[in-house]
Order: sequence, then C-alpha cells, then structure tokens
Amino acid sequence: MYQLLKQIVTTGIVTEPAPHADSALRQLEQRLSETILKHLGRALAIRHVDAGSCNGCELEIHATNSPYYNLEALGIKFVASPRHADLLLVTGPVSRNMEQALRRTYDATPEPKLVVAIGDCGCTGGVFGESYASCGRVANVIPVDVAVPGCPPPPTAIMQGILTAISARRS
Amino acid sequence: MRLNDLAIDVEPLPGAMPVYRASAAPAELRALCETARARGARLVSLWGSDESPRGKGYALHLALALRAGLLWLTVALPRQRPGYPGIAGIFPSADRMQRAAHDLLGIEPQGEAGRRKWLRHGAWPAGVFPLRKDFAAESRFALAGDHYEFVKVEGEGVHEIPVGPVHAGTIEPGHFRFSIVGEKILRLEERLGYKHKGVEKRFEGMALEEGARLAGRVSGDSTVAYAWAYAMAAEAATQTEPPRRSLVLRGILLELERIANHLGDLGYLGNDVALSFGFFQFWRLKEDLLRLNARLFGHRYLMDSVVPGGAARDLARSEGDALLAVLGNIEREAGTLRSIYDEHAGAQDRFIMTGQVLPALAERMGLTGFAGRASGVAHDLRADYPVPPWQQLEPRVASHTRGDVAARASVRFDELAESVRLVRELVRQLPPGEIRVPLAACEAGRTGIGWVESWRGEVLIALDAADDGRIYRLHPHDPSWQNWPLIERAVLGNIVPDFPLINKSFNLSYSGHDL
Ligand code: SF4
Repeated sequence: MYQLLKQIVTTGIVTEPAPHADSALRQLEQRLSETILKHLGRALAIRHVDAGSCNGCELEIHATNSPYYNLEALGIKFVASPRHADLLLVTGPVSRNMEQALRRTYDATPEPKLVVAIGDCGCTGGVFGESYASCGRVANVIPVDVAVPGCPPPPTAIMQGILTAISARRS
Repeated sequence: MRLNDLAIDVEPLPGAMPVYRASAAPAELRALCETARARGARLVSLWGSDESPRGKGYALHLALALRAGLLWLTVALPRQRPGYPGIAGIFPSADRMQRAAHDLLGIEPQGEAGRRKWLRHGAWPAGVFPLRKDFAAESRFALAGDHYEFVKVEGEGVHEIPVGPVHAGTIEPGHFRFSIVGEKILRLEERLGYKHKGVEKRFEGMALEEGARLAGRVSGDSTVAYAWAYAMAAEAATQTEPPRRSLVLRGILLELERIANHLGDLGYLGNDVALSFGFFQFWRLKEDLLRLNARLFGHRYLMDSVVPGGAARDLARSEGDALLAVLGNIEREAGTLRSIYDEHAGAQDRFIMTGQVLPALAERMGLTGFAGRASGVAHDLRADYPVPPWQQLEPRVASHTRGDVAARASVRFDELAESVRLVRELVRQLPPGEIRVPLAACEAGRTGIGWVESWRGEVLIALDAADDGRIYRLHPHDPSWQNWPLIERAVLGNIVPDFPLINKSFNLSYSGHDL
C-alpha cells in the first residue's frame, strides 16, 4: 500500500499540459468540455463501433482515455448500448460481415445522433478499399457527420473530430 | 536434402530464417503429420491456393515448425473435387484453418467433422470461393441470412448468453455464446469472421513494394512484426540482402512494439480488477513511448518503419540515447508497478487460478506466443532460431507453468524487462552503413517466408510471386488462430464477470484472424 501511495504522489497529475506542454491540446480540452456543456448540458455518450478496422484506430481511441488526454474527465463517456449514445465513433472500412450490425446500431441510436468516422479507412476505405468483403468508407453504409483522416489519427485528432461534430450539431 | 526429423526430401529456401520446402501426396499427409507431431513439430499455419492459371488444380499448404526450421509442405489437389484428409485430429488448431480454407477456396478436409463454415457469414454464398482465381475481387452479392449452428448445452438451470458482435467497450467485433449455470461458465463458443475484409484477395496482383503497407495493417497492434515478416518474405523471394544496420533497427522496432503492447495490456489488467491506478500508470508510460516513437521514427505505432529492403528511418546516436533514457525510466517504473501488482491482495485474488490453461492442454492444442510461454510451452523464435539480429544477444525466454491470468501477467512483466535489455544491446551494436537497398528483381515462381516473433506470438507470411514481380498468392498468419480456441477452454468453470479479464490477459487479434 505504501508503494502504491508513493507512486501516486511521485507521479502527480500528468494530464496535459504538464509534463509535455502542448497548448493546442489544452485549448482543445477546454473547448471540448465547454462545447459539450453548451450543447448537451451533460456528459456526451459515445458508442464505439469497430466495423472492420485493423485495430490500429482502436489503439488511439484507447489512448484518449490515458491520463495525458483523459477524455472521460472532459465529460465524455463510452456507453455500452447504442440506446444511450449521442454519438457513434466508427472505425475501419465497413466489412460486409459487419454491415448489418453497423446499420442496426445506427438505427438503435436515438435521434439526433452524430456519426464520426475514424481513420483513413473510415474516410475512404483506406488500404482495404471496396471488395466482395468490404463496403469501403463508413459513409457508404450510414450517414457520417465528420470524418477524421489519419492512419491511425492521433488522440488529439480524434478529440478534434468529436468537438467538430458536436459544435456543428443543429440544436 | 533429407530432413532428419521427418525422413522427407526437402529443398532449402533462401531467406533470413531456416526454411525448407517439400511436397507430399494427399495420401501421405496424415502419416507425415503424425510423425511430425510425434517429433514435437508445431503447426504454424494452414492455407490453400488456386494453381489453375499454372495449369494445375489446387494446393494445400502447411507450415510446420521443426527443430531445424520451418517446413513449408505443399500438397497438390485435383481440379475436380479438391479434398484432402483432414489433420485436425493430429493438430487441433488445424480445425478452424481448414474451415477457413474451405470457405475461401473450396478445398475440403475429409474424414473429419468440423466442416461448418467459419469466415463465411452472409457476404458471399456457399459454393462461391473468393480466393479462386476466376473470382473477381469486386464481386458483390446481396447479404444473405447467416445461419450458423451453435452447440446447444442442455440441462437444468442452463442459460445461454449471446454477446456481440458489437461490444460494450472499445474492442474488436466478435460473437461469444456462453452457457452458464448461475454465474459459472459451462461452455463458451466463439464465432469470429466479422472483420473479414478480403485482405488475402487484395494482396493478389500487388507489386512487392506495394504490399508492404497492407501487410503492416493486417493487425495494427503488430504492425512491425507483420511488416518485418513481409519484408523477410519479399527479400527471400527476390534474394535481396537487407543491410546489417537495418536488421538491428528492425530488432529495436520489434521490441518497442512488444514493450508498448505489454504496457497497455498490463494497464488494462489493473483496470479490469478495479485497480484503475494501474491503468493510469501504465498508460502514462505507454504514451511516453508512443510519443518518442513518433519523434524518432515518425509514427506512434511504427507503421511503415520496416520496408522491403531495409528500414525507412535511421536512428542517430543522440536519438538512440534519448530512446534509452525513456526506456530506462519505463523499466524502473514498471518494476515498481510490478511489485505493487504483486502485493495487491485484491488484484492477485482475481489473477491467480483465473482463466487457467494447464501445460498439457496448451501443448496439445498448440498455444503459442507469450500465452504459450505462461503455460509451459517454451518457444520463442528469437531464441529458437537466433538469426541476425538476435544471434549474439541470447534472448531469454520467459516462462511460467500455472497458465492463469497471473502467469500471463508475470510473463509479460518478464518480457518487458527483457525487451528493454535487448533494445539497449541493439542500440549499442548498431553497425555503420546504409539502412535500405532496393529489392532485386523477382524471377518467376519465386517464393519466400517471413517468420517473426511478434509480441503476441509467431507471425508468418508465405509469399508466392508471379512472373512480373507481383504477388500471386500471399498468406498472412496470426498467432491468434492458435490461441482463440484456448480461450474457450480457459473460461470453463470461471464466472462470467471474469471473462473480460481472461480475454484481456490473452488479448488476441480479430483483424489478424478474420483477414
Ligand atoms: S485507418 Fe489505418 S489504423 Fe485505422 S483501421 Fe485503417 S489501416 Fe488501421
């Protein structure tokens, strides 16, 4: 127990800016939580759907929850059901084996709903393209509000994509 | 030449790893596999190819790991009714691979149950085979109903819980069907294939240089291992010698990938037992490493850093020093966190005897990678075939025999520390010279194997190149094929709430498996 407490104390709070100052990120965080409050008045509920990614984009979504970015602290939570979601975060080219599951998730998400497509694959189909097994980009299957390029896009870009989607939302 | 282990004529293939090629008739297949199994061979992969444009029928391919190296065994199959005697009774991990080869190519394992479909859901109909050469990659079929028989467990008080394919957290899609009594798991049946996106078909016709990007995205968390395996296969097929400096760089990159993945998963193991402290600590360390990766190599996950012919980015001396400084810190802090995990009664209570795979079962089923090493299967390509850059480093193989969540965590801690040691040595050893040479021209019909110990286990790329230096057939194999069936066994008798913890302790790939 002593060691655990000591580790907590010596680590301190690492959520940006310290120790890697990045003022762009700091502003992003403030704007993100302000925008969420303004538009929703409560936490933003996100449902992630991996529709066929290589799992690279998932690594960066995980990283947004790391202490440097701390997405949850900004009023964003990942929820277990589409019925509680405001926003779908969709990765990958949409595999044909996930096409129906993605459509169903979209249909089960209450209006008004937002969709952010993540990664080059989500934007264009990426290296996997379109084929007998791949529908290509997410917009080929469900309506997309914001598409975030990158292979994979870094956590800040993912956060920026979420911010863009909610601030452009018509209330 | 003869291979002592098997009494079979083989031809050594050029390339970085010891690889031998041989052919056999369908009627010889089972006896060969039985002998190989008795001599301790492991089945690394099984796949098929359509040889009709070459005036032949089909072929079944096996990759077997022997003491001397990898045996690539090819069995020619007829054009009409291509079938072969199934080998899942000898190598249990063959079952799903045989079913996948049937779904994709229409070659059929005979004399065994288990001919249910596996990767085919509703995207293409039965009787249509995407990896046949006369199948156009852009073909589209209306989505059909996906009928799949799960095994029913009968009995008083038995409930079925279907989970997925879309999950609550940020994980890849797959379907799990639990049969439970109370909270206890009586049976788990996995259904995978949701991420099948036509990767193997997509490789066909690509130029060798072009395929590297795709190879690095078969399973994003193992991008270095796949890119290296791909490069190794392309270099073998073209008989290109990558510069020595690039091999050392690849070694560094591979170990950085291992460290990053172990850090992330050790964090999640903490998270899953309500020790969110562990998650934050490990993910802080992981983020430090990812940022350094981006600074030194231009990509947080090191994608496209290994290229056919060498490496994409060099590491200057000062950069090497910066790398070692960050790793030194990670090593120190991970050591502290290890003793915190070890002394945390709550965490240990959840880790110990949870999700156990005992050594006998692991050996029989072919459990591989760090999970295998946690269940007494002491294989590691870096130590078993110490080709450059591993030669003088004598990588230490971590091992454990309890095969539970705690053992897998312990092996990861050991490997993390060993990877730091290896990187330290590799940075010191970086020989001077160039880091990349162009691939030589590829002669018709050349083949190559890439075989690399990823953080998860052994990744294989088997390449068969056509006349114009383009890919005729490429098969990428992920170690998750071997390990997924063991999760079905590891959860038995455990409680449902422990499933996420057990699953995370293996952290298998869906994308690399579904292809
Ligand atoms: S964008 Fe890149 S990282 Fe993301 S799923 Fe596609 S290939 Fe993987």
